[in-house]
This record gives sequence, structure tokens and C-alpha cells, in this order.
Amino acid sequence: MKVNEGLYYTEDHEWIKVENGVGTIGVTDFAQQELGDIVFVELPEIGEEFQQNDNFGVIESVKAVSDLYIPVSGDICEINENLLDQPELVNEEPYQGGWIIKINLSAEKELEDLMNAEEYQEFLKGEA
Amino acid sequence: MSEALIKDYGSPGRKGYSLPELDVVEKNPAESLPEGMIREEAAKLPEVSEVDVVRHYTSLSNMNYGVDSGIYPLGSCTMKYNPKINEDIARTPNLTNIHPQQKEKYVQGSLEILYELKEYLAEISGMDEVSLQPASGSHGEYVGLMIIRKYFEKKGETRTKVIVPDSAHGTNPASATMAGYNVVEIASNERGMVDLESLKAEVDEDTAALMLTNPNTLGIFEKDICEIQKIIHDAGGLLYYDGANMNAVLGYVRPGDMEFDVIHYNLHKTFSTPHGGGGPGSGPVAVKERLAPFIPAPVLKKEGEKYYWDNDRPDSLGRVHAFYGNYGVMLRAYAYIRTAGAKGLKEITENAVLNANYMKHKLKDTYELPFASDSLHEFVLSGSRQKKEGISTVNIAKRLLDYKQYAPTIYFPLIVKEAIMVEPTETENLQSLDRFIETMKVISQEIEEEPELVRDAPHNTVVRKLDEAKAARNPDLRW
Amino acid sequence: MRYISNTPAEQEKMLQEIGADKVSDLFQAIPENIKFDRSFNIPAALSELELKELIKDKAEKNLDLSEFDSYLGAGSYDHYIPAIIDHLIIRSEFYTAYTPYQAELSQGTLQAIYEYQSMICELTGMGISNASLLDGASALGEAVIMAGRHSRKEKIIMPETVHPAYREVAQTYGKPHGLKFVETSLKGSSSNYKEIKEELDGNTAAVVFQYPNFFGTVEDLAEIARMLENHKKAVFIVVANPMALGLLTPPGEFGADIVVGEGQPLGNPVNYGGPNLGFMAIRDDRRLLRQLPGRLVGKTEDIEGNTGYVMTMQTREQHIRREKATSNICTNEALNALMAAIYLATMGKKGVEEVANQCYQKTRYLKEKLAEIDDVTVVNGDNHFNEFWLKIETADKSLEEIETKMCQQGILAGVNLAELTDQQGLLVSVTEKKTREELDKYARKLEVLLNE
Repeated sequence: MKVNEGLYYTEDHEWIKVENGVGTIGVTDFAQQELGDIVFVELPEIGEEFQQNDNFGVIESVKAVSDLYIPVSGDICEINENLLDQPELVNEEPYQGGWIIKINLSAEKELEDLMNAEEYQEFLKGEA
Repeated sequence: MSEALIKDYGSPGRKGYSLPELDVVEKNPAESLPEGMIREEAAKLPEVSEVDVVRHYTSLSNMNYGVDSGIYPLGSCTMKYNPKINEDIARTPNLTNIHPQQKEKYVQGSLEILYELKEYLAEISGMDEVSLQPASGSHGEYVGLMIIRKYFEKKGETRTKVIVPDSAHGTNPASATMAGYNVVEIASNERGMVDLESLKAEVDEDTAALMLTNPNTLGIFEKDICEIQKIIHDAGGLLYYDGANMNAVLGYVRPGDMEFDVIHYNLHKTFSTPHGGGGPGSGPVAVKERLAPFIPAPVLKKEGEKYYWDNDRPDSLGRVHAFYGNYGVMLRAYAYIRTAGAKGLKEITENAVLNANYMKHKLKDTYELPFASDSLHEFVLSGSRQKKEGISTVNIAKRLLDYKQYAPTIYFPLIVKEAIMVEPTETENLQSLDRFIETMKVISQEIEEEPELVRDAPHNTVVRKLDEAKAARNPDLRW
Repeated sequence: MRYISNTPAEQEKMLQEIGADKVSDLFQAIPENIKFDRSFNIPAALSELELKELIKDKAEKNLDLSEFDSYLGAGSYDHYIPAIIDHLIIRSEFYTAYTPYQAELSQGTLQAIYEYQSMICELTGMGISNASLLDGASALGEAVIMAGRHSRKEKIIMPETVHPAYREVAQTYGKPHGLKFVETSLKGSSSNYKEIKEELDGNTAAVVFQYPNFFGTVEDLAEIARMLENHKKAVFIVVANPMALGLLTPPGEFGADIVVGEGQPLGNPVNYGGPNLGFMAIRDDRRLLRQLPGRLVGKTEDIEGNTGYVMTMQTREQHIRREKATSNICTNEALNALMAAIYLATMGKKGVEEVANQCYQKTRYLKEKLAEIDDVTVVNGDNHFNEFWLKIETADKSLEEIETKMCQQGILAGVNLAELTDQQGLLVSVTEKKTREELDKYARKLEVLLNE
């Protein structure tokens, strides 16, 4: 179960990496394993604004559907269009090529609510 | 061993049909229809001979498995034997060669059959009025919820919430959404039944209805039903019965006597009509008198010796079907009830429950039984004991196919991990039950000794395990 | 009960193994105060022979279509059904099978549905078809909900030229979702295009058109398509008679977004209106596809690379998505879809065209003969497929009288429009089954009747 350093994590198994006020968001290795083969990712539109924990999209495998919740507030500045043709990127590279959206953070302080890699590892032990 | 597509069977110019020669002078439709309305190119349908068609569909049928092929223990589906006399009856020319717009006086025979069916369905469920219009179980659920909606509209009350247990069949919350309601799920307790405290916490003056099936999807009878109905009715809400599990209660208890206000039946479950590979079914709805004004119009009525369709229903929720519902399915259900008779209906339930309990008793040592409460016509095992070897329930199901037996329902209800939901029905004989039990034990053994046999199953079917991810990622939905 | 195989001795053995004394012990969980303590008030069991006799007696109280020359249509059509269809669907592996969840044991059903989907696409000129819905009217109900969701608008424009029962069902389905229905009026036997244009606005979710319309007229879909050019968000829904598509330009070519209809004319008997067959096809659009209700069968491969078929995109459906599903539909009309598929395969490219043409030609023949009779008008004029609106205006006879008298002559002259609408007249339907002699007889009898 890969848990990357330098990222923040949520209890819904999303990760966010922040650089210069821009956050890249995806789902964790644990999440993609639980879901199974991803067949579709429903992406929001560029410019859409979300508050922390809002539902911003949906990720689907063959037999399950999971809502995606935004870890911190912001507006969408980029979406990973590769996922439209290759949703399996989420399975293969959950932390790299399988990123889902990028946002301009509107409240960086919210990052304090999230877990770091160590805390997420602990959290995963409880989930098993 | 794959079967070609029907379009690949033919060659240009082959004909499978015969029509009389046109006996009127041929005119040009282009003269009288708006410009551009005449099809320029014929639809690219197959060009095959009659023999081609017969060979193809015969070949397809050989790649299928029906109740006539062997046991079909799908929990919640009641895959009982489909009687052949019912097929003959449903093909009686003067019963089928009638047009829905024919005046009532010419179809009194059919209307008599349907009316008697209504009476039987009311009697069996302990309800007062019946609509035959819904064409499937979920259609019936939708109608039931729309009746509830109309009831509150008439009362001038706005209620937006429908409660379902977390063990409910997916159609329950989906039907509630179709009827414009918000759905709230409540947790089952550790006995697998509705948790009364959770229910009390959720029920308020915004609750339109609670949807229940009894016994529930675990096959367990909700023995607190008297308290449950009181909680709902005291709050001014209504109680909905999902009749999918009627096979467990015929002659023993009636939803009407449990104070349900509205129920739907699945004729294609309890009343032996064939599943057809996914329909046609029929989902008649039965209600207590106070809800009768709201049922779909028209309603079949009798005056003296005459049967007629009553359209004078000002409070009806409207129509959900262009005509009267799945009439052909109703004919079969009628024949079945006449074959069973009053006593026979009770025997059906007794044997359904006996067969299920026998199987449960003989399998509970091999497979985990998560809820130990008494169960009726179906029971839920878990493949979790076997999961430790890296095998999931889906593998067990696929391995059963190698033994030419259909797998039970898997991964439902959602409250059981690695669920295996088994409903043998009353028409399986002892040998068939023993064979299934034996096979499940063998598979459990295989998981210990030769797990790859189970993991890579099925081996003996016409195709091996199919790539569902590929089908969903790049849908190929037509030739 | 005759379908229970186990003997009392076998049942006893099973009870012993479980550790129960009698079978009623197994029902202890049911509280005594609600237990049903009497016998059902239902007649005693009948043997097969008695059942046959009983049904025969009841059936004889019917006067079925073999006793009449029937010109009844209005959503259910009496076409010729090739003998081969029933022989194939009576194969128990088809009709006693369940929904194909275990794909590896259900390749027959799955491939048959894939072929049905393909043929519906061909017929309608659309990109994707589902595996069937409950009937044409409920298919329209599903379509309007889908349009509302997809467009995020509320207004559904639905002219009176759409079948009245279909309009009623659509409204039943649509109102709980906040959809608002505008029923534009008739102009002769066509829709009032001016009214439709006026109603079309930024809040329109969909425009519904029936093709041919309820009164039999073939309306100009290109005109509607033009109107919708400036309203890209509005969904163009066409309710089509699939048999007519053997002759008429498929709705797909006019840019229809969703095509629904009643598949009964394809190889399914009239059967007092059920079971029928709803079909739904959409244009090839991934976003719209995810909104599509009903089952979908897709082609794929197994682990050895063999072609196989599976139900796909199941995350739209109730068993996975539950309250967020695109529809609550579970059981649909699979066997009726199989009958339609066998019909389309048997009739094939040429046959569907020929049947459609014969329907048109015979309808035209009768229409021309009737139009010659005094006091009789055909409202559609020359524009029809296999139905037309007959107006009979005599001073001394009511339409009901005329209908009754024709009936006594063995002719079901048509559907009385007053039973279904605010209009007067008969809706007369002619299929390929009618011979010229029968059509001549209709005209002759009517003429004589009116001159009495």
C-alpha cells in the first residue's frame, strides 16, 4: 500500500499536493485497490468553485460508484482529460498520471484539517 | 466456440420471410408525404434465410441456462418451475387475439379472468383493491409510492422522505427517487432486522413511508413488525410492502394483516410466470380501501355480470402503461393460482421454507452464516471464511457454473460481506438440493487444495471469465 | 401442489435432519396475533384437464379478431407474425432463464440482446439502444425525465398529436421531477408549428414528436430540427412506430437525441395490450449514454481472447446506484425484445421495407375509396403511413350507430376518437394483413350504411 510523503490525505482516501497555491488532487493507492478496475471518472468543469468536503466528481469501477469529496476549498483550474480515455491511469499511477483535478486554493489554512503521510498510514491500519 | 452474429450469417438477397403479393395498385408515397420523409437507404438488417435464423437462435439457446436446465437458487428471485400448461393457456387464440381498443363487451372472458385474479391477489395479501397495470416489480414499487404521494397531496400534507432499510433491494430507493422522494437508509441491527431505535430516530412528520419486505432480504422475519407499523402510522406515515418475498408467507401471514397500506406483487416470482431472460414480468399493486381512489386508472370493475374498465377515477395518480399492463403474464399467474388452489398456496410456502432451511442447515458448517436468526425461504451465507485463501465469493459463484448449476445471488444484500444469497424455491427436489449442497462443499474443499481451479473459474462454460472493465471503459454496444 | 416434487416421506426426512417436528415449526418467528388462521377464500385446486376446460369456457366469452375485419390501431397493430418466432422463443433456455447476471452461462440471451440493440439502431438511425423498457408510453416517461436531467431545464413541449395515453404516462413520470408540460394544439391532423415555435425558449428541456403522429400523419421532422437549431440544450425526443421506419426516413437523420416507441409491431401479438415492448435509442454521445435508463449489453473478450457479451455500464442501474440510479427499472421486456429481434432478422432488410410499403399502399387504397363517399372526409388527406382520421358527418346517424352497425357486419371500423380525445371521428388502421377484398368490403358496407 503506497503512501507518498509530502502529500496531505483525507479520510475519504483522497490526496492533495500543494505547490504555489495550486493543489493537485487524486485518490490513494488504497482507494484504487478497494474500487477495482476504474472504468469512468466524472470530472467537474474548469472554473467551478467548491467548498471543503463538497462532492466534486464521481469515480466508477465495474461494480461500484464512489463520490469524490474536495479536501480543501478552491476553484478548478485544470482537469485530467487523459482520464476520459484511460481511466485505468487511476489504478496504475494513483499519485502521478492518475491525478484527477488541480485547484487554486482559496483557504490554505484548511490543509491543517488533513492528515500527513504518517497519520494516514495509521488511519489505514484502522480501516483494514 | 462462438456463434456468429445474425448479420454475418447471410448474404445479399437471402430472404427468410414470405408475404402475399401486393394486391392494390402501387402508388408513390413520395407524392403525398413531406419532402425528405421517405427512407433513401433500407435499414441494414440481416439478409438471411429461415434456416439461417433457426440455426442461429437454436445455437444461442444452447449457450443459455434456464430453470428447465437445473437449479437456479437466486436469492430474492424465486426461480421456481414455469408450468407448461400456463404457456398453452397464454397462447389460447381467443384469449390472445384481442386488441386493447376492442370494446369491453367483446372481451368479457378475459376481463372475467383478470377480475378473478384481482380477487385472489386481494385475498392472498389481505388488501382491498388491486391495480394490474404495473408491468414489473419495480414499476409496482413506483406506482405504490405514487399512490402514497397522491394520498398526501389530497390530504394537503407535504412529506418528502421515504425510509428504506440498508438491506433493501436496490429498486426500493431507486423507485422512491423516481416518485420524487428523498431516501433515508436506516441500519439493520445485529440480528439482521430493522433497528427500532434507528427507526424511531428517523421517523417524523416529514416521513411519507417506510418500505419493507417481510421476511427481509436475509430471509429473516421482521418479528417487530407490529411495533414498526405503529411507529410509522403514529407519525402519520404509510407502510409499503415489497412483495418479492411473498413465497415465504403464503397462507401463514398476510401483509394486510401486518397493517401494510400498499403492496406490490411480482407475478414472475411468487406466481411462476417465466423470467424470459429479463422480462416480461408483472407487478400488480394492492392497497387498503383508503388508498383505493389513488390507484392507476382505469380500474377493472364488475357490475352485475358485466366487467368494465372504470375511468371515472378523479383522484387517480394517472397512467403508467399505455394499456392494461402485462396481460399475457396475468393469464399465466391466474392459471397457476387455479392449479394450486387455496391449500396448494400454503404448501408452496411450506416447501419453499423447508427446502431453504434444509440447505442452510447443511451448509452452515462449511460457509459462514452471518445472521443466525431463523430464516424462511432464503438465507444468506458469506464467502468470508474462504476469502482468507484469497478467493472471493465471485470465484465461488463462477466455479458453480462449471458444475452446471446456476450460482446464487452474490454481493447482495449489501449488509453482508461477500454475500451469497440462496433461495431454492419449493420446486427443487431433494436430489437437486443435495447435489447443490455437495457441490458447494466440494468447492470449499477445492479452495483449500487447488485454489487456482476456483480462482480461474469458470473453465467449462462456453466462454471463460469475461472482461467487464473493458466492456465498461470502451463500450461496444452494437455491431 | 403438483409442482412440488418432494413426497411427504422426503419432507419428513428433511424435517428430521433439521431437527423440526413439523413444518409449521419453521414459522415460529411470526407473531401469533397476526398469523393467518384460516384457509384462503380461493377455489380448490384444479387438475390440468379441468383447468383447460375452465379456460376454454371463459375464452369463449370473447369475440376475438378472427371474428372480425379489424381496423383498430392507436398504439397496437395487428401485423403478420411469422411462425418461426414462437417456435424459437418457446425454447426453455430462452424463456425460463433469468436476467443474464452470470454472463458465462447466459451468452445466448446476451448475444441476442446485443443483436436486438444493433437492429434497433439500424432501424432508427441512432447510435445506441438499450435492452428494452416496459412499453412505449413508459419509455416516453423515462425519456422526459432523462431530458430534464440532461438539459437541467423544466419545460416539455408535447403536442396533442402525441398519443393521449403516452402524454398521460409522460406527465405521471415527469411531474414529481418538477417537469412542466405544455400541450400544443392540433392543426387539422398535424401539430400547430407556430405554437411550438412560440413555446420554445431557454427553459425548454425537450420537444416530443410522434412519428407518424397519433392521427396517422407523417409530420415534418426536419421542420422541428430546424426550430431546435437555436435551442441546443433542448432535447429532441421522437416517439416512432418502428414498422413505419421501414418506409420513412429514420429519426436519427433529423438529429433526434432520443427515439422511443412501442416495439409491439415487430413480431409481437396484440395480446390485449401486454406484454408490450418499449424501445429507447439515443445518439452516440458519452454524456447522454451515462443518463440512459435500462440494461445495456456490450461486447467484450474473455481471458482467452474469445468474443463474449456482458451487461455493461451497470453503475447506472438500481442494483448498484440505488437512489441515484438513472431509473428504477429492473425486469424489462427481454423475451418480447427477443421476439422483435427474430422478427427483424427473419424479415430482414427487404422484408421490413416490403411490409411497411404494403401497409402504406393498402392504407392509401382504403383511404382513397372512403374519401369518395359522401359525408366522409379523411382529415390527413394523402399524408399517412398505416392510419388515418376518418370523419363522418351525416345528419341522421351518430358515429356510435355507424360503428355498431359496421360491427354487426363483422367490421371493427376503427377506434372512436371520442373515447381517447376531444376529437370526433374514427382512427382507421390498415396493415399488410388486409386483402383488397376486405378493403373493398369496408368501403362498400360503409357506403351502403350511410345511404340507408
